[in-house]
Amino acid sequence: MIEQAIAPAKPLVLRTSIGKKYAMATSGIILVGFVIAHMVGNLKFFFGPVHFGEYATFLRTMGSPILPHYYALWGLRAVLLAAVSVHIWAAYSTTRQSKAARPIPYAHKDTIQASYASRTMRWGGVILLLFIVFHILDMTVGVAHVGAFKETTAEHSTVYANAVSGFKHPIVTLAYTLAMGALCLHLFHGIWSMFQTFGRGSGPREQMLRRLAATISVVVCLGFLAMPWTIMFGGRP
Amino acid sequence: MNLTLHVWRQPNADVPGRMMTYQANAISEDMSFLEMLDVVNEGLIANGEDPIAFDHDCREGICGTCGLVINGIAHGPERATTTCQLHMRHFKDGQEIWIEPWRARAFPVIKDLVVNRGALDRIIASGGYISVNTGAAPEAASIPVPKANADAAFDAAACIACGACVAACPNASAMLFTAAKITHLGVLPQGQPERHSRVIAMVDAMEQEGFGSCTNIGECSAACPKEVPLGTIAQMNQDLLAGSLNRS
Amino acid sequence: MTLTSSEGRWSVGTDITDNKVPAGPIEDAWDTRKFELKLVNPANRRKHTVIIVGTGLAGGAAAASLGEMGYNVKAFCYQDSPRRAHSIAAQGGINAAKNYRNDGDSIYRLFYDTVKGGDFRARERNVYRLAQLSVDIIDQAVAQGVPFAREYGGLLDNRSFGGAQVSRTFYAKGQTGQQLLLGAYQALERQIGKGTVEMHTRHEMLDLIVIDGRARGIVTRDMVSGAIDVHMADAVVLCTGGYGNVFFLSTNAMGCNTTAIWRSHRKGALFANPCYTQIHPTCIPVSGDHQSKLTLMSESLRNDGRVWAPLKRGDDRSPDQIPESERDYYLERRYPAFGNLVPRDVASRAAKAVCDEGRGVGPTGLGVYLDFADAINRVGQATIRERYEGLFEMYNRITDENAYKTPMRIYPAIHYTMGGLWVDYNLMSTIPGLFVGGEANFSDHGANRLGASALMQGLADGYFVLPATIGDYLAQTPSNTADASHPDAQKAVADVKDRIGRLLRPNGTRTVDSFHKELGKIMWDYCGMGRNEEGLRKALDRIPELREEFWQSVKVLGTNDELNQSLEKAGRVADFFELGELMCIDALHRNESCGGHFREEYQTEDGEAQRNDEEYSYAAGWEFAGVGAPPVLHKENLTFDYVHPAQRSYK
Ligand SMILES: Cc1cc2nc3c(=O)[nH]c(=O)nc-3n(C[C@H](O)[C@H](O)[C@H](O)COP(=O)(O)OP(=O)(O)OC[C@H]3O[C@@H](n4cnc5c(N)ncnc54)[C@H](O)[C@@H]3O)c2cc1C
Ligand code: HEM
Ligand code: HEM
Ligand code: SF4
Ligand code: F3S
Ligand code: FES
Repeated sequence: MIEQAIAPAKPLVLRTSIGKKYAMATSGIILVGFVIAHMVGNLKFFFGPVHFGEYATFLRTMGSPILPHYYALWGLRAVLLAAVSVHIWAAYSTTRQSKAARPIPYAHKDTIQASYASRTMRWGGVILLLFIVFHILDMTVGVAHVGAFKETTAEHSTVYANAVSGFKHPIVTLAYTLAMGALCLHLFHGIWSMFQTFGRGSGPREQMLRRLAATISVVVCLGFLAMPWTIMFGGRP
Repeated sequence: MNLTLHVWRQPNADVPGRMMTYQANAISEDMSFLEMLDVVNEGLIANGEDPIAFDHDCREGICGTCGLVINGIAHGPERATTTCQLHMRHFKDGQEIWIEPWRARAFPVIKDLVVNRGALDRIIASGGYISVNTGAAPEAASIPVPKANADAAFDAAACIACGACVAACPNASAMLFTAAKITHLGVLPQGQPERHSRVIAMVDAMEQEGFGSCTNIGECSAACPKEVPLGTIAQMNQDLLAGSLNRS
Repeated sequence: MTLTSSEGRWSVGTDITDNKVPAGPIEDAWDTRKFELKLVNPANRRKHTVIIVGTGLAGGAAAASLGEMGYNVKAFCYQDSPRRAHSIAAQGGINAAKNYRNDGDSIYRLFYDTVKGGDFRARERNVYRLAQLSVDIIDQAVAQGVPFAREYGGLLDNRSFGGAQVSRTFYAKGQTGQQLLLGAYQALERQIGKGTVEMHTRHEMLDLIVIDGRARGIVTRDMVSGAIDVHMADAVVLCTGGYGNVFFLSTNAMGCNTTAIWRSHRKGALFANPCYTQIHPTCIPVSGDHQSKLTLMSESLRNDGRVWAPLKRGDDRSPDQIPESERDYYLERRYPAFGNLVPRDVASRAAKAVCDEGRGVGPTGLGVYLDFADAINRVGQATIRERYEGLFEMYNRITDENAYKTPMRIYPAIHYTMGGLWVDYNLMSTIPGLFVGGEANFSDHGANRLGASALMQGLADGYFVLPATIGDYLAQTPSNTADASHPDAQKAVADVKDRIGRLLRPNGTRTVDSFHKELGKIMWDYCGMGRNEEGLRKALDRIPELREEFWQSVKVLGTNDELNQSLEKAGRVADFFELGELMCIDALHRNESCGGHFREEYQTEDGEAQRNDEEYSYAAGWEFAGVGAPPVLHKENLTFDYVHPAQRSYK
């Protein structure tokens, strides 16, 4: 009841799906921020192995001398890990709520304007999760790396070599391309949905925001694929 | 024209239902969709079969009682048109038509195509009003309302609680219905005193009814016969965030 | 002592003398009555239970207001939500004497116009109270957040409606009814949430329970499970809307019925002026016998549309082929002063006259043109679109014709019922404890309701009149709600179950709808827009035969213990048969023409309604004397001290 809307026991984010959406959108901002930064970072590959290497070592020595090596990097990793786990927890719990909301499906269903992207966020999310796990094992840990792999240290970066040894195999580049397709779809709807979750996605700005989301998702994904595709076609900047 | 209908039949809430096929013959183009079902029912009664139960009342697209998913679309192929306002000229001779009820856990089937939408009333009872007792109103002209707010309030208040947004939404979410009332009252000066407690109370009530979570697909507004804008959902998300921050 | 009429179809009983109308100057009538009314101590209100049947503007407003005051309220409606009552369909607007347009409007002028518009067949003091309360209604609606149309300055906008000389109509685009009802519905849901009102949706009242001469409860059928229940209370309020569906085709919703008031009529509540039924001139014509109902096009269209029909009989050329010289703009011809804005009854009859001469248009020959060509040339299509877009869209959706290009086809249709259960000034029927509000009572509109005044009446009854007068009744009656096991209550339940059994037993050959359509045809032909003695007698012979055939061979499948829409319809049509007969008797006995009741024998030489104020200036209250038995007429003489009866002229 409105008058006696007593202070609810559980916080908003735990008891309502919109609360979970705020969490998903906030974590979404962090993930999108990282993805854009990471894509730009990878473009350093085109400035040659030394430059690319400096980027990798820089990541590991950020904040020194105040911070010892790897501290800042692990800080970043923790934030990323937290963001993606909140994101996945919220995605899982809202997905479960929505599945339960329609136990008996329609015998014959059609849609009016729902975009493919908006209807595949869940599958897109799962694909992205698998990709991230595989990708870290592939590029950072090296266990899942096809071809020679040497771990990068604060002093010596092998990122260029690892990238080349990995992406020259078309199968790897193809896998990454598929993952980027999933990312593109996920961001195409996700970025606009984020604005809408914060109540800013409608009204006069709606079309502009939807176009912005589309551009970011395409640019990010093509930007990511630049390195693997160049390597696959033998390019060695 | 002659049509083949695949209609959901379900004797009551406890028995699982199934699709049954019927022929609808000699249907004129000027008939409304419900008048076509009337003709089919008269035929069923004539040869002793139980007629198809469906909700209807005003047949003018304003009471929100009718609501069928026709070929997978809530209220059928025409936009901004309720089931009762859909006319048979939009179908072709010999066409197959699937007719199903609103499907959602929060809208249990009562019989055939009739569902229980009491959840929508309970959401309004939780806060979808302005608390003013009869007789306590100030002079009408003492509350000027900017025309833009009045028009925005009207667009949201046009909701007829048919529930098509829930039926059309892939997540069976009632965001558009709840957002419509929150926006209608939230953009008016009269609605300001209770604006934050209202949005929190109504969202909590909505969550308890077993609706799905909104992932901003936008199908609800497209299926809405009164074209309630998607902006109402944005407004509700804004108000809920402001409301909970203000409260804590 | 009851006199029997010449052919024994009805008898005349004693006049109604005590209508509890306060004496003294009319301006103070309602204020003095409010002061005289006894009050219930707020602490005791919880002990009183009030049943309200119907959640339209009247019922919804009453239930919310009584709930706020602390009474224990039980509300019922047949729809699946209280918000869907047929008040929702009102498009035009709601009148109020606010005079925001400074065009000379006042409570007195609204009172004067309404009495005159009602063709001098309403109680002056009831109408004055209506005009007084219209002001408070707008305040209440605005405070509730009803999104009325506003001007750029932020204040309320008004428009002229239904031929009124002043702009006193408040509106919310084309959804005035819906938005006003939502205001009441939201106030009602607030009380439901607080527990003061107990809401029973999908429940149909099938009988009234009268114990020791007082209304003490109702018998209802749960339309989902079929359960027959008894609900007991200290007072019963019926706000169940109009009985226009007796004609089958009307602008009312499919479920609108007369059951609640008719069942109460059978238990002793007088039924007043049943034959006063209003025909709305601008409705979309019938397109075939499959038609289930008629759709109204708002009267505001007549502000810009010009009504015409071909000059020659059987001229079936398309409208753009018919030159100006061969068009008969018959409203402008017959009524130069008001032209296309003549009141509803006048416009409807003129259209019927044209079609009866064979000059009607459209496939059925029952239709006239409402042409916007001149208006479009004058103010441009954009302005017309801005004023009427929703309506042109709806017209196109139903007829597939573009009214911006080819003229609209319209034909009159049954719309509103001025008649209803007789009530005194406190809105109490002749059964103590049974109150009636909104379209279900007879009180305020006389023989013809003006546009945009039914919403005003429903809300006045619901928000302001009923809460005060019911309190007065409860303050004077012991608050021991009778027990459901009371023999009279159980007898009512038994009657309801027996009746349902008789409806299910025949399993005959004809569906309920086929009977309803035939009854509707009889009523439309003989008791519709134009009535005459010979036709009414024919109807009074045919209706009992059809009623017998109905009870013998109606085909209702299924059982009572399930959702059974055919059974619901059958119950309603059975009551319509009895109501239809009373309407014809009322029309036959009233040898004059006034407002919605037009007897062809009583018209001036140029076809205007010819009232007979000497003999018929009364409200006809009919007493039930058994199915098929002649009802007893009780007259309530009407006196007009402020608005003196004159021949209505719109020339
Ligand atoms: C198409 C249309 C347009 C109109 N436009 C205007 C306009 O512009 N301006 C104007 O002033 N008036 C207009 N009117 C008239 C006005 O809308 C009605 O007269 C008024 O709204 C009646 O309200 P009410 O509360 O008396 O009844 P309704 O609103 O009809 O409510 C009846 C209630 O009773 C319940 N009920 C009925 N029978 C039973 C039963 N047996 N058991 C249980 N519950 C029952 C129903 O569920 C419903 O809740 C219009 C009417 C129509 C049909
Ligand atoms: C085609 C696309 C991509 C390529 C070519 C690529 C390449 C790389 C490379 C070369 C590294 C190692 C850098 C280093 O160790 O410092 C790396 C690390 C990483 N990448 Fe990607 N990446 C791609 C897409 C993504 C995406 C879409 C994500 C996440 C959503 C992602 C998440 C990460 C993470 C978390 C690390 C580990 C950073 C660290 O903590 O060391 N990558 N990537
Ligand atoms: C590269 C990492 C990712 C990024 C940049 C990202 C970004 C986003 C964004 C911006 C949104 C919109 C949030 C909102 O609607 O308010 C979103 C939604 C969602 N994400 Fe992710 N996400 C990522 C990874 C994942 C992962 C790993 C999952 C795993 C399941 C996932 C599942 C979902 C789901 C189900 C939604 C809900 C759909 C929606 O709300 O529109 N995402 N994501
Ligand atoms: S928002 Fe639209 S679709 Fe949803 S209930 Fe209201 S009118 Fe129906
Ligand atoms: S379609 Fe469903 S996902 Fe949200 S925007 Fe509408 S409620
Ligand atoms: S029946 Fe009223 S909206 Fe269709």
